[in-house]
Amino acid sequence: MTTAPDTVVWAAVVLAGVGTYAIRASFLFLFERLGGVPSRAQTALGMVPAAVLSALVVPAVLAPEETVVLLGNDRLVAAVVAALVAWYTESILATIVVGLVALVGLGLLL
Amino acid sequence: MSRREALRAGVRATTPVVLGVVPFGLVAGAAAIGAGLSILQAAALSVVVFAGASQLAIIELLGRDAALVVVVGTALVINARMFMYSASLAPHFLEEDSRWRALLAYVLTDQAFALSVTRYAEGLEGVERKRWYYLGTALPLWVVWQICTVAGALAGTQVPAWLPLGFAVPLTFLALLVPAVESRPTLVAALVGGGVATAGVSLPFNLGLLVGAVAGVVAGTVLAERGWGDVEVGH
Repeated sequence: MTTAPDTVVWAAVVLAGVGTYAIRASFLFLFERLGGVPSRAQTALGMVPAAVLSALVVPAVLAPEETVVLLGNDRLVAAVVAALVAWYTESILATIVVGLVALVGLGLLL
Repeated sequence: MSRREALRAGVRATTPVVLGVVPFGLVAGAAAIGAGLSILQAAALSVVVFAGASQLAIIELLGRDAALVVVVGTALVINARMFMYSASLAPHFLEEDSRWRALLAYVLTDQAFALSVTRYAEGLEGVERKRWYYLGTALPLWVVWQICTVAGALAGTQVPAWLPLGFAVPLTFLALLVPAVESRPTLVAALVGGGVATAGVSLPFNLGLLVGAVAGVVAGTVLAERGWGDVEVGH
């Protein structure tokens, strides 16, 4: 794993922090001037969690080494099991534990 | 309801939610160490950014040595949902002092937002009571989040090699993704977002993630605007 240099880590912490604070503070300070969120922007913002989370999850499961692997992919099997757990329990903890146990178990079996 | 009662009511409402963020915080701390960050950097990330999903994305991307602009851009895209929260809370705090507003903004999270606006809608009146109720929901989350990320970072230095802890990060995102897919447009947003990001996995600077996320948002928005959002996928 190639980790980013220290300066990049600190720059990321500060810039992401300042930007995130600006988002949180935006309407709390500018509501009178901005009115509200336009309805189209509301629709788009409503899509953000599903789109971003999926863009994070799917490549990490299907292509951890930058090549898509479908057959014999332990991560894929573990993720499917974990997704079912997430669906039924809605528990982050249960999802993580079952997913990790499945991945370790598959590694031991094969 | 006095101020103190409002604060206590907020704390009571948030307690089960706080327990739910414990594993998430531990993973955020441990993953930071796994990606090569120091304990100080892991703690700074939690204090300065204080937004779990974006923190994990930042960690994941830093661990892959992604370009700074991609790391920050991805974090801000993830956190863009908080524009909505800020806008929903704002009408309740129009008469609030700006120093209080600055604090309210800093501790704004999915959970504090959801608990507070629900309670306000049930008829909690007065800016002071609203403020203390909100802080009652938000401050325990902040405290527990900081403790858990530091604990996770400390534990992360001792994780045995056979435990694929790196996989806990996508699993956490998966646990958040499943309930986020609640309608046909969000399902399409997820399919397009995940598909495009995977297709673009070897793009430079990890740009595939941002391209996928934007493509997913556009696809979902177009569908929702055409009225495809009326069908709930639901449980």
